[in-house]
Amino acid sequence: MKPAAFDYVRAESVDEALDVLRNEGSDARIIAGGQSLMPMLNMRLAKPRILIDIMRLDELWKIEVKQGKVTIGAAVRQAELLEWLPLDRELKLLSLALPWTGHAQTRSRGTICGSIAHADPSAEMPLALLALGGEIVLRSARKRRRVVARDFFLGVMATDRRDDELIEAVEFPTADNGRCAFREVARRHGDFAIVACAAVKTEHGVRLAVGGVSDMPVAHEFSSLESGALDDALNAFAWDLNARDDFHATARYRRDLVRMIGRELIMEVTG
Amino acid sequence: MTRMSAEQRHRIRFVLNGEAIDRVCEPRMLLADFIRYEIGATGTHVGCEHGVCGACTVNIDGHPVRACLTLTLQVEGYEVRTVESLAGRDGRLGVLQSAFRRHHALQCGFCTAGILMSLDALFAREADADEADIRDALTGHLCRCTGYAPIVKAALEAAAELRGEINRETIDA
Repeated sequence: MKPAAFDYVRAESVDEALDVLRNEGSDARIIAGGQSLMPMLNMRLAKPRILIDIMRLDELWKIEVKQGKVTIGAAVRQAELLEWLPLDRELKLLSLALPWTGHAQTRSRGTICGSIAHADPSAEMPLALLALGGEIVLRSARKRRRVVARDFFLGVMATDRRDDELIEAVEFPTADNGRCAFREVARRHGDFAIVACAAVKTEHGVRLAVGGVSDMPVAHEFSSLESGALDDALNAFAWDLNARDDFHATARYRRDLVRMIGRELIMEVTG
Repeated sequence: MTRMSAEQRHRIRFVLNGEAIDRVCEPRMLLADFIRYEIGATGTHVGCEHGVCGACTVNIDGHPVRACLTLTLQVEGYEVRTVESLAGRDGRLGVLQSAFRRHHALQCGFCTAGILMSLDALFAREADADEADIRDALTGHLCRCTGYAPIVKAALEAAAELRGEINRETIDA
């Protein structure tokens, strides 16, 4: 398993990377930490003609707290964010979810934005971004635009990113930051989630986001937290996710996990 | 802009186990393959080639990294260490390696180099790493022989020795 041949560009500026994207379109792929893209290349599930390495661009390395949100640039590795001292205070959900993102040996290179770009249905970063109501900052040679997480993830590894766009940063809101919870069930810590859940306290109730079940992470707002009504709502939500049987778990087991973990997390953030 | 064409080999410079490397390679050359086939350092093993098994784990600038998920051109200017760096110049096994040997923490040995490199990075960062930390580091590796228990034992003993709490004379006695 070796990648198909490709040209390699070590970008010296963001503009340069964007120029290549504009000229080459879908033949070009951005490589940051490469922890999602490299397996795809090795298995030849992806065969780009040109790879653009953005990891030497200081302008993309940024962790910034401003106006109720934390902006994380495209070159920030998962391990770097996990070691960022204010993480627990500013983005508690990420301090809970990041240790579940791959293993130490992949977090050392993998980036936050790369995980968002890859959009694996069971990945923790897309789930956390959706649960917190975050935004993706996309930049092309022509313009910069923002997309909210719920509009960005479109299917299995499918997103709203256009061929000429680079994910420049993601923005996680810090509002109600302390009132959040995360739990995941996987065959082995760090493996792909069978079910991963994130709960965030909101103005009107609790937003529960679930990954690993549908083609993309899905969030639902639970406003009535009275026991019977909550159980009914969780049951309806679990069925709406259209869980499927696969090699790792049955659909029924996944629904069970959503009901059970969902209830526990909602109790945890409201308790 | 530096665009390196797929058909050609390009200059790559980095430090491998303290030695300056100045070679050429194709853009698609994986670091694991470069180390094995271009350098000839076959201590780093290649298992799954998609980042799951951990056998190819090496150290880049102090961090444990999958060499099968890293392109050689990505490590330009960096410092890379492999399992070959763990033994002393006289060929004596390092602290971690001899603990593995004493505790039978390997059988076929295929996964061992990667596990050693992850634990080496862990202990360099966290001298006080406990069993939970060790087991967490081991989640990034697959070993089909040992059942992990002897690996954990060896790692705990090596950590204690590295902290100076025990020395090899008392262990060997």
